Order: sequence, then C-alpha cells, then structure tokens
Amino acid sequence: MSLVFAGVCSHAPGITGRAHMADPDDKETLYSAFDDMREALEASKPDALIVIAAEHFANFFMNNMPAYCIGAADEYEGPIEDPKWLGIERRLIPGNPELSKRIIAKVMKDVDVAYAEEWKFDHGISVPLHFLTPEYELDIIPVNINCQGPPLSPLHRAWAFGQALRKACDEVPERIAIVATGGISHWPATPDSGKINEAWDKEFLQRWCAGDKDALLSYTDEETWQDAGQGGFEIRAFIAISGATIGSQAKVHYYRPIPIFAVGCTTGWVDL
Amino acid sequence: MSLYQTQKLLYQLNKDVQMQASFLADHEAIMNNFKLTQEEHDALVNKDIGLLYILGVNGQILMHFAAMCGLAWPEYIQAMRDALAIHGNVRTGLYVTTDGKGAV
Repeated sequence: MSLVFAGVCSHAPGITGRAHMADPDDKETLYSAFDDMREALEASKPDALIVIAAEHFANFFMNNMPAYCIGAADEYEGPIEDPKWLGIERRLIPGNPELSKRIIAKVMKDVDVAYAEEWKFDHGISVPLHFLTPEYELDIIPVNINCQGPPLSPLHRAWAFGQALRKACDEVPERIAIVATGGISHWPATPDSGKINEAWDKEFLQRWCAGDKDALLSYTDEETWQDAGQGGFEIRAFIAISGATIGSQAKVHYYRPIPIFAVGCTTGWVDL
Repeated sequence: MSLYQTQKLLYQLNKDVQMQASFLADHEAIMNNFKLTQEEHDALVNKDIGLLYILGVNGQILMHFAAMCGLAWPEYIQAMRDALAIHGNVRTGLYVTTDGKGAV
C-alpha cells in the first residue's frame, strides 16, 4: 500500500513520570495534543506503526552499536524503566516479525541497517505509545537511530534512511504509519535539565515543516551540542521523517517549552 | 579510568531486574565481572550518583541507576550539582555541564 501517516512527537520520560510536578495547563494541553495526534493516526487506519526513536541504552551499548537498527520480534517488552518512576506499567507490546523482515530487506537495498529479533522499549518508545496506541493493539516495528554514543551517523544518512524506509513502506501491501520520537534542544539528565533553547527549536521546526533538506542537514554536531545540548542529536529522528516525506509539507500541532519535562514538547505530522 | 566498564555494568543493571536484585544483595559479586578503578568501584558501592556523573557516565545510563537507588528527580539533579561543586566539571563525555542552571 503506502505510507499513511508520518509524524513526530516528544518522548521525554518526565511527560509521564513527572506529570504530577507540572503546571496543570502545561500537562493538560500537551496530553490533549497527544490525543489529537492519536486521532489523526487512527484515522489513517494503519496496519502497523513504525516508531523511529533515539533509544537510551535499553538494547544497544558501545560494545556493538548500530547506527540504524530495525526490530523484528513478535513481541516487545517495555518500559525497561521502573514503572513507578516512568508512570507507565510494564507490559508486552505486539510486533510483526514477518512484516518487519520484509521491510528490513527492502530498506537494505538502499542503506545498511542492523536488525534485532529481541528488543526492549525504553521511554523513547513507551511514552509515545502510552498516548498514541493506549490499547496496545497495533503491531509496532521499532527503529533506533544512535543518537547517544558517538560517532553518530551524519544527518544526511538519517535523511537517506528515511528515504529508504519510505520506499520500503510503499512496496508492501500493508498500510504503514511512522512516528519519529525525540527532543529538539534539551539537556536531559544533567544539572542543566530543564534548559530549552526555544529560538533554536522554532528555527529547526520551521525547517522541518518546510522539509528544507539543505537547511535541515546544515547543522554540525558541534553546533547542535553547543546550541541544543546532548539531546539535540535526536533531530536525526525528525530528519528521517523529512527524508521519508520529500515534497510534502508538515505542520507542528503543538510546541511548548515545559522545563519540568526537560524539553520543548512537540507534536506534528506531515500532510501526505 | 575505565569509564567503559562502569557504563557497561550500569547498562546491564538498568535493564535486568534479576541483576538488580543480585547487585543489591551482593554488589561485589557483580562488580568482580568488570575492570573498575577503585574510584569507580567506590562510587558504585556508595551509590554516589554525583561522582558517577563527574566520571562521565552518560546521563541516559545514570538516570536509571539514580531511580533504582531511590532518588526522586530533584534529588538526582541536586546530587549532580553538588558533585560539580565538590569535584569540578565532568571529566569526559557528552554530559559535561554547560552552566548547571537548569530549571529544576
């Protein structure tokens, strides 16, 4: 069939884990934005959801770190975090190994990817699913882009990965949705946690909405680290969506810096 | 310094509930499997989140260990800030602080 939905959202663990510490209006408007995104996703009637997340050492470590990896398990467990700390119960989430493997084989025609038949979800996937597929009935195909352990894949490779993923989605009969999760500027898990560079975020999101390849790929990692923190490397997930939706405009449906959630909370999706 | 080994221990610990129970019951049995300096060893035994941060443990690894040690979020952030005052800035890695003036 084809790609039926492509969007982005935040995945910060504070969104669920520290909800009780947030200003009620921040929490309510963000949760409402996630509800809107869930409705848009459901309206696209997907058969499976690919979640491109920058994971945080749930499965991959510097002993064998793939730049890109796609999951192919029949079920996934998550979150790895303490359920009380994250505010999300640990559970099994359905996968579709047969569909995963078909997509992996097609992606491999264009870019090299690792695959994994075992995968545990951390907040990078568990927080978005908590809002977007709360019944956990949709088959999930997890994707990781290494945004944690340098050397990191260059931004133009994230774009190319998105392109390859789109081509694969278009070649399978199922209706596929993709959601990329990550933060824009943020300094998570540091004494700077809560710092957010709103101007940088807005500039990035403007480039993302326009699908402006040259502008999106022009950031260097050094600049990103300086201006957008360690968490800023997760723009790779957003860029993969742009690579998957060349020629389409995207819209940011929610953006608000929420320091207790340690990120400029975002939802957005592409007008396919 | 064997930051890699320290992080590897924490990486494995963070996602393995059985290993967590073993670590809490007899941490030496776990730590004997890793080549650690005395400073790293002691930081782990003492659950010294602040010093582990200074040693360069990636925040996404340390955050989970801090939660496992029972630190609430503000306590975790404060432990890192206190350690900066005691030890100076992070010695290596991406998680060096820029100004230590986050919002929590």
